[in-house]
Formats: sequence, C-alpha cells, structure tokens
Amino acid sequence: MKFGIVTFPGSNCDYDAYRAVVETLGETAVYVWHKDHDLQDADVVVLPGGFSYGDYLRPGAIARFSPIMTEVAAHARRGGPVLGICNGFQIACEAGLLPGALLRNANLQFISELVTLRVERADTAFTNRYRPGQTIAIPIAHGDGRYTADADTLQRLEGEGRVVFRYVAPPGTPGAGEWWSPNGAMHAIAGIVSDGGNVLGMMPHPERAVSPLLGSSDGVGVFQSLLTAVAA
Amino acid sequence: MTVHKRPGDPAITPALVAEHGITEDEYRRLIDMLGRAPTFTELGVVSALWSEHCSYKHSRPLLRTLPTKADYVLQGPGENAGVIAIGDGLAVAFKIESHNHPSAVEPYQGAATGVGGILRDVFTMGARPIAMLNSLRFGALDSARVRYLVAGVVKGIGDYGNCVGVPTVAGEVVFDPAYDGNPLVNAMCVGLLKESELMRAVAQGVGNPIIAVGARTGRDGIHGASFASEDLSDANEAKRPRVQVGDPFTEKLLLEASLELIHSGHIVAIQDMGAAGLTSSSAEMAARGDVGVTIDVSRVPVREPHMTPYEILLSESQERMLVVAKRGREDAVRAILEKWDLTAAVIGEVIAEPVYRVTEGDTVIAEFPGTRLVTDCPTYTPDAAESPAIRALRERDVDALPERPEESDPVWTLTQLLSSPTIASKQWVYRQYDSTVRTNTVVGPGGDAAVLRIPHSTRGIAVKTDCNGRYVYLDPRAGARIAVAEAARNVACTGARPKAITNNLNFGNPRKPETYYQLREAVAGMAEACTALGTPVTGGNVSLYNESPRGAVYPTPVIGMVGLLDDVSRAARATFAAPGDRIVLLGEPTASIGASEYLQRIHGVVAGAPPACDLAAEQALIDTLVEAIGAGVVTSAHDCSDGGLAVALAECAIMNRGRQLGARVDLTPWAGLPLRALLFGEGQGRALVSTPDAKRVRALAAQHGVPAREIGAVDGGDTLQIAVGGRSIVAKLAALDEAYFEAIPRIMSRPASAAADSPVTTAV
Repeated sequence: MKFGIVTFPGSNCDYDAYRAVVETLGETAVYVWHKDHDLQDADVVVLPGGFSYGDYLRPGAIARFSPIMTEVAAHARRGGPVLGICNGFQIACEAGLLPGALLRNANLQFISELVTLRVERADTAFTNRYRPGQTIAIPIAHGDGRYTADADTLQRLEGEGRVVFRYVAPPGTPGAGEWWSPNGAMHAIAGIVSDGGNVLGMMPHPERAVSPLLGSSDGVGVFQSLLTAVAA
Repeated sequence: MTVHKRPGDPAITPALVAEHGITEDEYRRLIDMLGRAPTFTELGVVSALWSEHCSYKHSRPLLRTLPTKADYVLQGPGENAGVIAIGDGLAVAFKIESHNHPSAVEPYQGAATGVGGILRDVFTMGARPIAMLNSLRFGALDSARVRYLVAGVVKGIGDYGNCVGVPTVAGEVVFDPAYDGNPLVNAMCVGLLKESELMRAVAQGVGNPIIAVGARTGRDGIHGASFASEDLSDANEAKRPRVQVGDPFTEKLLLEASLELIHSGHIVAIQDMGAAGLTSSSAEMAARGDVGVTIDVSRVPVREPHMTPYEILLSESQERMLVVAKRGREDAVRAILEKWDLTAAVIGEVIAEPVYRVTEGDTVIAEFPGTRLVTDCPTYTPDAAESPAIRALRERDVDALPERPEESDPVWTLTQLLSSPTIASKQWVYRQYDSTVRTNTVVGPGGDAAVLRIPHSTRGIAVKTDCNGRYVYLDPRAGARIAVAEAARNVACTGARPKAITNNLNFGNPRKPETYYQLREAVAGMAEACTALGTPVTGGNVSLYNESPRGAVYPTPVIGMVGLLDDVSRAARATFAAPGDRIVLLGEPTASIGASEYLQRIHGVVAGAPPACDLAAEQALIDTLVEAIGAGVVTSAHDCSDGGLAVALAECAIMNRGRQLGARVDLTPWAGLPLRALLFGEGQGRALVSTPDAKRVRALAAQHGVPAREIGAVDGGDTLQIAVGGRSIVAKLAALDEAYFEAIPRIMSRPASAAADSPVTTAV
C-alpha cells in the first residue's frame, strides 16, 4: 500500500510520517511535492505537520492554494483517505475538507507534551485497530490547536459521531471539568472526520508515537487501521 | 589596484576610528598593512573582523591551550562547527553560540536569531540538525523586567526551532541576580551527517563563482558583531535596531536547499553570513583556502535601494548563505534554490591574485593584501589578578554560619530548595519547545541529559549543557573543571560515554584584570578536565563584555557535551522506575556546604569554596555508570549536584510526574557529618542509581574503585523518607511535587514588563 506524503514549503513532519509508514509499517511512502499535480497513485494522502508557509497569515491559509491541493481535494471527493496531522489538520480545515478551525491555544503558548486521547469511534478507516473508549498516549506540539466551530457544526459533528479523538485529563488533574483539553478545544476535540468518513484531521501526532523507545507506540494503530480499511 | 573613496564617505578622523572600536595601535597596524589610510568602507570591514566577536583577540591565546584532538574528531575548532565520528560511517556536528547582547535588548528576536545562526553553522557542515539545546541565565525572577526577558527569550527560541522542525531536547535555565542586567542566551545545535558528506567552508578553485544565497540583504543588524563586543549600557536600548530579525520559514527553506546543494556536488564551500555578514563569511572562507576573492557589492540582492557598500558588507540580515560553486554549475545551483523559492546571485569569484577585494561595479572600494585581514588581527594577553573581594568570599568559613530556626525541619529546607527557580522544574519553559519532531527523542527535557536515537542504527547520542556560574565566580579553575565533569556525568547517567565538548565562554570585560584572571583560570580548569576525561574541545564561542551598569555576570563557561551510547534501548532515565529497586549512592557524601544553592537560597550567601572535583574519581564514576547501564543492570541514574543528595533523591521520586514513586533511604553511616551538608552539600563525583541488583552494581563500582553504598529502596509509596541516626525525615511527595512543579508557573503568572526596574536615561 502506498502513502503519498505532501511536502509543502515549511512542512517538517513529512519525514516523521514517512518513517512511520516505511520503518514501522513496512509499507511504501512517497513524498509528493506541493507544486506538482500528481499524487503518484497514492492510496492514502497524508497532509503532514509543520509550518507550511511559516504559518504566516494563518496556519494552513496559504498551503491550501498549493497546486497539489486540487488533486488532494479530488482524491477526497472520490472517497480516498486523507490523514491531516497538526498543520495538515489546519490545512484540511482551510481547504474545506473538514469543518471548523484551529485557533491559537487558549494559554497563548505553544504546547509540546504527551497527552491522553480517548478513541471515541473505533469504526472508522483510521481507528478500526483501536477499541471504542480506549485511551492512548500521543504527543502534541502546536501553537494553534484550539478546535473551534459554530454551535450547529458542533452539534452535527457530535450527532453524526464524527468526533474520533478527544483529549482526556491526566489522572488526578485538579479542576478537570466535562471537557478537558490542553489547548482549550471545544468539546475537547482532538480529531474529527469528514461527513464521508474518509478525511481525518487530528492535532496530536500519531506518527511520533510509533515505538516504545519514543515513549509510546499508541499511534501505530492509526496507520494500521488505514491498511485494513484500504485493503477491505 | 587603486582603491577609490566613495563620494559622500565621511572623512577618517580619530573620532570615527574610535567609534568603530578600533584602538590607536590597531589603526596603526591597519595603515601598515594597507600602506595608506583606509577608506570608510575598509574601516567598517576591519571594525567588524577585528571585533572581539569575530577575532577572539582576547581569548585566542588561551583557547590554544585547550585539548582538541582525538582519533574520532573529524573537525576541530576553526570551522562553523566541530564534527566527531560516531561509527557506521556517521558523524555528529555540533556547536554552541551566544546571543547575549541582542537578547538583552530585544529578547524575542535576539533569542530567535541565536537559534537560527547556530542551526546554519551546523547545516553548512552538511549535517541535518537533529537537536537543539539552550543554556539560559537570567536575573532573579521577582523582577517584572526579568519575567519579560524570560517570556520573550523562551518564545523566541520556541517559535524559531519549532517552525524549522528541530526538536529542542535539553539545556538549563539558571536564575541569579548576577545576570540581572545581562542575561545569557546560549544555543547549541547538534546535527547528523555521513562522514563522506562533511563540507568545509574553505574557498578554493580560481575562477569559481561566489554566490549569495537565501534572503536578501537589508539594513538590519549592521554592526551587530561590534555591538556584541562592548559592555551593555542603558544606551544599548537605543541600539535595538542593531538586533536582527529572524524568519524561521526562510530558514527551513534554506536548510533544505543547502543540504540539497551540498549533496549535489555542485559546490565546494558554504558558510553562513552570520556575525559581520558578507564581510566575515567571504574573508574567512578565503583565509581558510589561502586564496584571493573579489566581491562586487552592486550584485548583492538587496531589500531596499540606495544601500551603501558599507551597509551591504556589514548587514547581519538573517537566513543568508555564501556559497563557492564549481565553475559552470551556476545554473544548477540556481535551479535548486528556485525549487525552494529562494534567490541565488553570483556576486564574486575566487581569484589567483592574493588579495581580498571589494568592488562596486568596476570600481575598487576596498582591498586588503592576502588573507591579512583575518590573520593580522592582534591578540592580547592583558594583566590578570584575582579580585581580593572574591578571594575573601571563597575563604569565608561558611560552615560556621548559624542555621535559621526553620531549618530544624529539614523538609522545610528541602521544599525551599525544590522551589528555587534554578532547581525547580523548567516544564513551563520546555513545554513551549517541540521536543519530539523528527522522532528521535528517546529521553527528552526534564531529566539529566537528553538521548536521541540514530536512524538505521542501534546507537544513540546523549547531549547536555552545564555550568554552575557561582562555582566559577568563587573559584574559576575549580568551577570550570566542575562544569566539564558535571556535563560528562550527566551524559554518563544515561549510559552514554562522553566524547567531546563545545564551549561558550561568557565573561565580562577582559581588559579588567579580575575578569581576565577568571577567563584564564577557567580555560585552564577546562583544559585539565577535558584532558583528564578524554573529551576534546571541537569548537565554541566566546562572549565577552557581559557587563551591565550593575557589573559583570558570573563568569559562565558553558559546556555542551556530546556522548555516545552503543545500545540506545538501554538508555537510563533520571527517575525511579520500579518499586522494589534498591537505591545505590555512587561516590561519597560531603561535609561542606561551600558555594551551594543551599547557602544562596536559604541564607542569601554566595561564599565558600566550591566542592572539590577529583577528575580521576569522575572518570571512574563515568566508567561505572556506562558499564552498569550498558549491562542493563541499572533502571535509573541521576546526577547528584545542585541542592545536594536530598534534592537529588526528591527529583528521582517526583520528576516523572506521570509516575511518582516514593522511597526510603538510610544515611546513618554518615550521621557524623553535619546534617545540612549531608543533605544539601554539593559534593562532586556522585550519582544515585536504582537497580534490581545492588550487588552487581556494587561489584562494578568496586572494580573501578568507586565508593558505592546501598542506601535504601524505592517503595512506591507517597513519601520520601530519609533516616539519619535516630532521626526520620518524612516528606510527602505531593508537597515536594507542588514545590518543584508549581514554583516557576506561579512566578511567571505575575505581570511582566519591558520597562527597567530602576530608572534609566533614555539615549537618543
């Protein structure tokens, strides 16, 4: 199976995604240059993390105009899986592949740490290897990860079961209310899917949680789930 | 060729020469070299290249005494970064550099551009940056101005490194009134390369084109190098325009383009246009290759019209590189830069004539014979004398100092120390740094050294910066020895064998005898330790004139250490791993509280002799740690330094906030020592390890002659219990946790202000 990892100018987790696919999964990955119009027959498109165009203007706002995004959108329309991680999630929102927006973290600081996520849906192309309700440890590293959407959109996302990952408080966190998140995300949303279920955007980095040596291998399931889904 | 004065250039007067920081003697030397008076452009070029920052004129004679060789050192001092071989045909390039003066006046951009500069130094060697560290010193945090500096520096470091995509994995942050007016911001970068792809910044090949690459040249940062070579004063606020502005996005593009250029085979040399910009990069590359160069400033891409040659030559605009390409490959070079949306312009060439020449179109506006511009800079060995006041402080009998009443409860003292900002958790800081990008981080910030895995290899490297400026202040030679030993010990606590260092010498004004004494003694101590521990110096940086109206900073020779692990999966962490493990103290407790954090925090006293540092004992301890961890016998290892044994024990118990494990220890064998020295004295050559097999650890230690005693066990409870004689000291982990983790967030939540705490005269 082939993963096409898009390199925008300023992408810096394209390499991490490549390693996760090739070294951990043993599958094929190709870098797709943002100025091209060819996805190289990739089965899965990865919009990786980083700071495309320096995040200048607004994260993802310029990258969505990159030539390759025409093909990414077409791939998504055909039902092809698209995995947007961190900056890739921001790009997917700017490109209209996913609803909502990622705003500046509530504390106005960049946050880098291992967080706990709850898998809300284990029946998607991205999470079929997890158990529903399972908690997993995945790192975050972002300054603009506060998921925000209008009330109707939130209601629709919740109603249609499209919230796939939610932040949960580390045990013993004082004052953790109904929704706990490191960045102030609405409904503690860490990841959502498109209405077709084939585009996942998530702020945490599953491609960085691929080995016990790195502190967690809980992210491998996202990639393995895609193998299962695409093979099916 | 005839050198032309440009219309509109100011006349060269003694006042103008002095304004350029050139002494009368240096000016005479310049006239001797040229055989005539310099033009204004030439004066600017010389003032930059002969500044302390570029020329190391007060430190070079001392630096020559440092050990620099080992069979694995591929590149020692004199290049953009040092390089050591790590096996399997791979090598590590690393270097530390200061951005103290810019950060003092503009903390965000000052720190950000410091990160940018050191990244470029590493990737110009052909290395892919894989880790950043930073060593920061600030004044006391109760000042709103200091909080402003801390917040700005941390954000600047984070925004730059995070965007470029290099993880920031380790470092240190120290708070002390000694740094009130003059913070220290040292950034270290570590890169990975194939030995076969090592690139040097040596211009060669007559007729080869010289190409300016990356960002355009603007008016920012002009005379940054000279600015960094003088004391900070209140008037420095007015020099804020000398601070450069960083663009990490362009840096990321430049990084990718530069590595692609180096791997393409189209170029022969590449160097960052860093301090003193185009001037120093072109002159230094020419001097290393012993060739002539000619540069036409009218061909340099600029940001704004009407820039003078003087400005173009001295601009410190960021994210620029100077490349010497192979003749005929200009278009291939340009194509690579275009792919990354960057510009490349041929601005000169390597010439046979032994001369450094600058033209403006066809008109020669500056010319220096041979490489003398670089090699003729004078060096100085000023008078040195120890300050009697500091000697008196060192010789003070601090053990006679009476205890405070609160100290009858050692838990109170321990809590005070854990909440001392220098000891307390720096999570508030490193949470703002991406520490996991590139997926190599095995041990990240918050412990002793950081550990990174090497892709496609079982090996790993451990990296750490260290220096206790208070020790160096009280005894420069001993303090510098300790800085090296502690860095080595920290690296060894992960299981890595210390291999080599880079150093950043942050000192005051060397023309003051007491400062030059500190510099000379510290370098001597560093040389002793590096020789004894087999860790040569591969390069570094010297930052002098770290003085504000309030005086000089503590002399702070920061050590950046790199160590190598054969099996990275065995890397040890600092924190207790499993209930039931035995705790072994390697090394001996101390009877002294001299120069300790305890004295400063609890008594407000900076005095006494720093701890003794027996380098043979340090080496034995390192050998023991490396062997025991490599054999998989040890489950945690933690250096025992700032705050002493009690603080180290508490850190082992609580630093891993996700899994805090209590412990019981019995220090009765040393009940004869003063209790405060036993608990909080900062003896060197010690480490705390936890292990399921204490017997084996003791046997390994015995082989190396390292004292080792089983002092207790990890019990997994919610307290740290320390028995001494009949006495039991019981600290609740929750209280220690609060002291350690909440201290800095609590202080940083108070308002910050760019305004100086005391009134300053605003220079116009």
